[in-house]
Amino acid sequence: MGLMDLANPTRFMAFSARLLPWLGAACALAFAAGLYMTFFVAPDDYQQGATVKIMFLHVPAAWLAMMCYSIMAVSSLGTLVWKHPLADVSARAAAPIGAAFTFLSLVTGSLWGKPMWGTYWVWDARLTSVLVLFVMYLGLIALWRTMDDPIRAGKAAAILTLVGAVNLPIIKFSVDWWNTLHQPASVIRLDGPTIHPTILWPLLTMALAFTLLFVILHLLAMRNEILRRRLRTLQLGTASTRIATAAPQAAE
Amino acid sequence: MTEGPTGNWLAALFARELRLSLRSGGGALIGVLFFLAVVTVIPFGVGPDLNLLARIGPAVLWIGALLATLLGLDRLFQADRDDGSLDLVLMAGRPLEIVVLVKCLAHWTGTGLPLVAAVPVLAIFLNLEPLAIGAVTLTLAVGTPALTLIGAVGAALTVSLRRGGLLLAVLVVPFSIPVLIFGVSAAGAAVSEPAPFLAPFLYLCAMTLITAVVGPFAAAAALRFSSD
Repeated sequence: MGLMDLANPTRFMAFSARLLPWLGAACALAFAAGLYMTFFVAPDDYQQGATVKIMFLHVPAAWLAMMCYSIMAVSSLGTLVWKHPLADVSARAAAPIGAAFTFLSLVTGSLWGKPMWGTYWVWDARLTSVLVLFVMYLGLIALWRTMDDPIRAGKAAAILTLVGAVNLPIIKFSVDWWNTLHQPASVIRLDGPTIHPTILWPLLTMALAFTLLFVILHLLAMRNEILRRRLRTLQLGTASTRIATAAPQAAE
Repeated sequence: MTEGPTGNWLAALFARELRLSLRSGGGALIGVLFFLAVVTVIPFGVGPDLNLLARIGPAVLWIGALLATLLGLDRLFQADRDDGSLDLVLMAGRPLEIVVLVKCLAHWTGTGLPLVAAVPVLAIFLNLEPLAIGAVTLTLAVGTPALTLIGAVGAALTVSLRRGGLLLAVLVVPFSIPVLIFGVSAAGAAVSEPAPFLAPFLYLCAMTLITAVVGPFAAAAALRFSSD
C-alpha cells in the first residue's frame, strides 16, 4: 500500500484501525520497560536525589512538544501546497496534543525547579521560549475554534503555523540573547552524549514510549476529526433536504 | 485605482489608505490618546519613584506602543471588507503582496508615526535623560513598522470573523516578542553604559526587514483564502 493511497480518508480509517492495536501494545511495553528502568535501574543523582527522575518525564515531553509543532508545520505545507485532504485533519488533530505535551513539560519542569532552583518559575531563556510555544498552540486552537467552516479554518491555521515555523527559531534566538540559566543541551551533541548510559537508556526508552503514545493519540484524534466532519456533512445534508421538503408545504 | 504607470496606482492606494486611517473612527489621535493613557496608568501601578520610572521607562514606552499598535490593527482590512472594497482590490489583478505592503505603510504612517512623535513628550513624564529619549524614539521609529507588518498577518487571518480583535491580539503577541526584546535592549543600552547599543539595534533593523518580506506574503495568502 503506497503512501498516496492513505490520502483517501476511508482507506486511512481502515488502515489506522488495523494499526492501532499493535501500536497500543508496543506503547504499553515501552512504557513498562521505561518506567521500570526509571525507578529501579537509573541511579539517584548525588546532588538531586530522587528528584532527578522527573527528568525522565520532562525531557521526552519537551521533545514531543517540539516534534508536534514540526508535524503541524509539515501538515500545513501539505494543506497549502498539495491541498491534501488528510493534512488539514492531521494539523488540527496534532494541536491539542502538542499543547498538552508542552503543558506537561512546563509543569514537570517547575515541579523539578522548586526543590532545585528554589522557585517554581524563572524567566530563563528555555522556559520562556517553551511558554511562548504554549501560547502559540493555544492561539492556533482558538483560531480553529472561532471559524465555523473547517476548510477555511484549516487554511488560516496553516498560514499561521508556517509563519510560526519561520518565527520560532527567531524567537528562540532572541530569548537566548535576552537571558540564559537553563543547562545547555546534553544529549544531542557533536562529541557524543555527556550523560551516563544508566541514565541515557531509560531516557531513550521513555522517549520512544512518549513518541508511540503521541502517534496513537494523533491517529485517534484524526479518526475522530474525520468522523466529526462526516457527521457535519450528514447534518448539513439532512438540514437542506428538510428545508427543501418543508418549502413546498409552506407555499401551499 | 486609476489606470496608468505603476507608480500611479501605488501612490493612489497609499493616499487613499492614509486619508482613511487619518480621518475615520477618531483617526490617528485615538492611538496616541491610548498611548498616553497607558503611560499615565503606570506610575499608579509601580509608584511615583522617579528613579524607578527612569529605569523602566524605555520598557514602558515600548509596551505602550505595542498595545496601541495592537488596538488599531483590526482597522487594517476590516473596514475594506465590510464595504466591499477588499473584493475589488482582490479582483483588480494587481500583486496582492504589494497592495498589502502599501496598506501597511500607509497604516503605519497614519497610526505608528504619531506614536513615535508622541514618545519625546511622554518620556518626560517618565523622567528619561535626553540621550535615552533619543534612543527610545529611534528604536520605536525602526521597530513599530515591524509590529504593524506582523499584525497585518493576524489582521488578515481574522478578517472574516465578527469581533476578532481579542483573538488577533492573542495571535500577534507571541510573534512580536523578538521585536520587543531587541527594541527594549537597544533602548536600555543607551541608558546603562556598558551594554552595546549598536548590536541589538541592528538586529531590530533586521527584524523589520524580515517582517517586511514575510508579513505581506502571509497576509496576502490569508486574504486570498478568506475570500474564496
